[in-house]
Amino acid sequence: MTAPALLATVGDVGEGFFKERTSGSLPCQAKPDQVFCFDWAREHIDRFGTPTLQHFEIVLFSVLLGFAVAFALSLLAHRTTWLRPPLLAVTGILYTIPSIAFFFLMLPVTGLGRDTAIIVLAAYTLQIIYRNTILGLANVPASVKDAARGMGLTERQILWRVELPLATPEIIAGLRIATVSTVAIATLAVFISAGGLGTQIYGGGNLTFPTSIIIAGTIAILMALAFDVVLLGVQRLTTPWRRARSA
Amino acid sequence: MPEAKAADDTHPAPTASSVRYEGATKRYGDSDSLAVDHLTLEVPAGEICVLVGPSGCGKTTAMRMVNRTVEMTEGDILIGDRSVRDRAPAQLRREIGYVIQQIGLFPHRTIAENIGAVPHLLGWKKDRIQARGAELLELIGLDPELGDRYPAQLSGGQQQRVGVARALAADPLVMLMDEPFGAIDPINRERLQNEFLRLQAEIRKTVLFVTHDIDEAIKMGDRIAVMREGGRVEQYATPAELLMAPANGFVEDFVGADRALKRLALMRVGDVSLWEAPLAHVGQATGEVRAKLARPDVEVPYALLVDAQRRPLGWLSNRDLAGDTVPSQPDSPLGPVLDRDDILRDALADLLQGEAQYAPVTDHRGGIDGVLSIEIIAEFLGSPEAEKE
Repeated sequence: MTAPALLATVGDVGEGFFKERTSGSLPCQAKPDQVFCFDWAREHIDRFGTPTLQHFEIVLFSVLLGFAVAFALSLLAHRTTWLRPPLLAVTGILYTIPSIAFFFLMLPVTGLGRDTAIIVLAAYTLQIIYRNTILGLANVPASVKDAARGMGLTERQILWRVELPLATPEIIAGLRIATVSTVAIATLAVFISAGGLGTQIYGGGNLTFPTSIIIAGTIAILMALAFDVVLLGVQRLTTPWRRARSA
Repeated sequence: MPEAKAADDTHPAPTASSVRYEGATKRYGDSDSLAVDHLTLEVPAGEICVLVGPSGCGKTTAMRMVNRTVEMTEGDILIGDRSVRDRAPAQLRREIGYVIQQIGLFPHRTIAENIGAVPHLLGWKKDRIQARGAELLELIGLDPELGDRYPAQLSGGQQQRVGVARALAADPLVMLMDEPFGAIDPINRERLQNEFLRLQAEIRKTVLFVTHDIDEAIKMGDRIAVMREGGRVEQYATPAELLMAPANGFVEDFVGADRALKRLALMRVGDVSLWEAPLAHVGQATGEVRAKLARPDVEVPYALLVDAQRRPLGWLSNRDLAGDTVPSQPDSPLGPVLDRDDILRDALADLLQGEAQYAPVTDHRGGIDGVLSIEIIAEFLGSPEAEKE
């Protein structure tokens, strides 16, 4: 697929962007070698609002969906040991499909738009979340499970009251990696008209005008950091015993 | 659930039940070799039964069949008069305390939450769980403030105490203890063993205790079942019987060549017949004392100086008796003083350590009760009637 054809699929935000950008009278826009045009940034910062919100939603929903599916698969594999390798293989294969190809492969099934982006991005998170959840459950000391069983906890109680709480650090570690990478890959959602910060990166003519790319990229980085901080906070709140150890 | 309700009435009748193995057998797969081979024995309520034997003898399997963490393939086990099979495993296990070598405290729960785990499962009310937790922390000698800590913040010994408290929380009929002190260093192990024996004197649970250490078995057990490979019990007897009359060569080997010495661990100083010491008081005429020592039936050839409350002060030498009256400062030091309740083995150690032939034995008020000598112990070891109780 050639570049213009690819860019043609970009959503409405990209349309006419080049014209709009050059129509103003700001001095730095005229200089093609200018890395960052502050005047333009000041004047156009509000155009990043909607893409940022879209981006946030795409990431949030894909990680939630990915977590729900991966978590269910992990519990299934935890109970049914022989399912572990095949599930790991399947999620692994999903993870290796190139992202743009994956987006376009899904087009005939789910069409253009946000839903497709969320499904694809969720598929990418499966591997990491699944693997970390299985790892976390496997790391629960056998003696703790033995004691729990001997005290009269049922298998379900052992899972929800002992194993999952103890696996929480690994599960959240997986979520953090998955979320950060999803923030990055979600910039490609623009190619299936799902909006997001990608519109401000791959928009028409942007590639010759780095200012917009820099702003969008910075927002993406900040968003990834924000997600990470929130998840870290969740981990600290849900695992108070881990801090007590060092105290 | 009915159990929780029954336990709510301020302490119902049985807090310990007998455990009866009736041909309990564990076979893995179709193999001919048995992990536990038609085990039949009864542990009376309130006693500690130690299952002891080399590794692979099936002692842990035999214990685990009681709470059905291992399911027997044949036979039955009764707790009181109820088969362990007549209720769901989880239900059964809530009535049985469970202590394992690796302790297995929940790392993500506080000490109080760990202790309250089984009461919580049984549906106790929150304040009752809390009160029980505080009571148990006191019982095992831990600061109640530790209740808010996490297991990783406690020492190994403290964690093991909490493990015992957690097993006791719902006042179980039976306790299963699988090498509970096996991972503790020797000094703390001895302390924990003593603590548990003190605790047991108070709570009188029926305990099934697994160990591979015969010394621990002799120390902890009211009864000992010696097991060997193939899951067979070679002898089931009191520690004294086991040491006096091993049933066969295997038991004899397992108990060890020093079983005569081990018997000393079963006896207290007050259990053997002590010698009578010629007593002397400060200011007494030395002639009287010399006359006592000259009597033909005297057992101890030295006079013991005691105060008005008959508390021993020291041994009188010939030089002390050379004057007219008994001096207040005897020539030779007192040496070791023993208590009637001391373990005979420890008393022997004290005598050897103090390089003494004789040591005065006092009663609980500190007054002189008699004299223990190396000779008495030697005679005891040689006598066949050195039966416990």
